[in-house]
Amino acid sequence: MAYDRLMQPVPLDDLAARIKPGLLIAIPPDYSGVSVAATRALVARGATGLRFLAVPTSGIQIDILIGAGCVAELEAAAVTLGEQGLAPRFTAAIKAGSIVMRDTTCPAVHAALQASEKGVPFMPLRGLIGSDILAHRPDWRLGDNPFVPVGANRADPIVFLPAIRPDIALFHAAMADREGNVWVGRRRELVTMAHAAKETIVTVEKIVDDSLLADEASAAGTLPALYVSAIAEAPRGAWPLGLAGVYPADTDALAGYAEAARTEAGFRAWLDRFLDAPSAAA
Amino acid sequence: MDIARTELLIAAIARLLDGCRTIAIGNSSPIPGSAALLLRARTGGATRVLMLGSVKHNAFTDGARELFDCAAQGRIDAFFLGGGQIDGEANINLVGVGEHPRWQQRFPGSFGSAYLYYLIPRVILFREEHTPRVLVPKVDFVSAPGISPPEVYRRGGPAALVTGRCVFDFDRDRRRFRLASIHPGETADSIRVHTGFDYDAPADVPVTPPPEPRDLDLLRGRVAGEIAETYPRFARELFGAARISAAE
Repeated sequence: MAYDRLMQPVPLDDLAARIKPGLLIAIPPDYSGVSVAATRALVARGATGLRFLAVPTSGIQIDILIGAGCVAELEAAAVTLGEQGLAPRFTAAIKAGSIVMRDTTCPAVHAALQASEKGVPFMPLRGLIGSDILAHRPDWRLGDNPFVPVGANRADPIVFLPAIRPDIALFHAAMADREGNVWVGRRRELVTMAHAAKETIVTVEKIVDDSLLADEASAAGTLPALYVSAIAEAPRGAWPLGLAGVYPADTDALAGYAEAARTEAGFRAWLDRFLDAPSAAA
Repeated sequence: MDIARTELLIAAIARLLDGCRTIAIGNSSPIPGSAALLLRARTGGATRVLMLGSVKHNAFTDGARELFDCAAQGRIDAFFLGGGQIDGEANINLVGVGEHPRWQQRFPGSFGSAYLYYLIPRVILFREEHTPRVLVPKVDFVSAPGISPPEVYRRGGPAALVTGRCVFDFDRDRRRFRLASIHPGETADSIRVHTGFDYDAPADVPVTPPPEPRDLDLLRGRVAGEIAETYPRFARELFGAARISAAE
C-alpha cells in the first residue's frame, strides 16, 4: 500500500475540538463501541449546544453529556442504562424541558442513514402507522406505495423517512492501522454511520503497523480510511462500557454511576472524579 | 428474586413459543431469553435463538439493522415486547406517563416496537409487574398499536401477555385479552383487582403449570450457563454461581 498516505493520530483534545455547537453527531449504542474517552474530552472542553443522533439507542454516554450540559437536542429510539435501570440525567432533563427530544424507533434510524448512504432523499419503512411516534414527527410523511398493481382495490399506505446526514460519526474501535483504516469487526452499524456521515472521527485502543486491508479476514470487518477524518489513540477508551472481544463492561463502575447520577449533586461529584482520573471514577 | 416464580414464568413463556423455528430476543430480556434458550435446548437446537447483546447466541453479522430487515422478510417467528403501560387493546407505551414532551414519568423509549409489533407473527408481551399502574384502560402514548385497520400492512402482532400473576391470550378479532391461566397463589378475583383494563375470563381458569422436571434440569444446567453470558447478574441470582460455572 505504498501509494496510500499515512494518517497521523491526533491528541484526544484535538479530536474533541472538531465537535462544534450545532453539529449533528451520530453515536452508537452501549454494546457497539462507545467513545467514552472522547465524551470525557468533550465535557472537559465545556462543549455546549450539541445535537445527537443515537444509532439507534444510547446509555451512559448521552446521560453524561446531558448531565454536563453539552446537549441541546437528541433523537433516539431509547435511552437506558440497561441492567442498571433508567438513565437518570436524561430523565431529569426531560422533566425540566432542558433538551429537545425526538422519539424514534430503531429501524427508522437505520433506514434514514441508509438513505444517506445511497444519496437518496428518503427511505420507506413498514410499521409506524398508528404509532404516536409518527404523530409527533412532522418531518416524516405518510404516503402510498407507488408500485401497488394497477386495478388493486386498495392503497398500500407506507411511511417515508427523510435521509439523515450526520455531520460527524463518533465511535471507539479496537484498532486502526497507519493508513487510517479502522477495524470494527461485526459492528456494521458503525459502518452505516460512517457511510452516512459527512465525517467520521474515531478513538481506538491501539494503532497497528500492518494494513488492515492487506488480509482478507481483517478487510471484511474494516471501515476504510476513505471515510475517516481523524483518529486518536485511547486505551480502554470505552470504559466503563465494554468493547466486544477486547474487554467486558465494568458493571461495578456502571452501577456506581447509576447510583451517583440519581441526584444532580451526586452526578456532579461523579463527574469531577471522572474528569480528574478517568479510571478511578465511580 | 422469587426463584420458583421466575422459573414458572420461564416455563410458561417457553410453552407459548412452542413450534417457533426462529426466536429473536431484544435487549434487557433475561426471562424471555431464558425461555427461548430452554426451547432450543429441548429441541436439540432445531429452534434458532438470536439474542441481542449476546456474542455467543446471536448470529447476526450485519449490524443492528439486520434483525429489522429479517423481521420485514418474515424470517423471525417470535419476539418479546414490554411496556411501561399496556392497555386492553394491547397498545403498548414505552415512552412516558403524562403528556408529551415533559412527561411526569419518562420511560427509556420505544426501541424497535413501532416496527417489530407489526411484522413478527407471534409477539409475546411480557411485564412482570401486574398492577393497575401498568395494565391501564388506555395508554398515554402509543409506541405501537395492538391492532391496525385493514389497509395497514401488518403480518404480526400480540399473541399473549405474561405477567407475574397470570397469562392472557390476545384475541385479535375481538381486540381483547382473555385470561388463559393464573399463577399459583392468585385467584380470578385477585387478577381482576390488579388489572386496570377489562378482559374476558372463562368460568374455570386453569393454574399455570409448574416447569416439567426435565425442563428444570435443562434450565438449571445448560441454560444457566448460556444466559449468564449476557445477563450475569440475573443468572447469579436465579441459578447461583456454582450452577453457572458447572454449566459453562
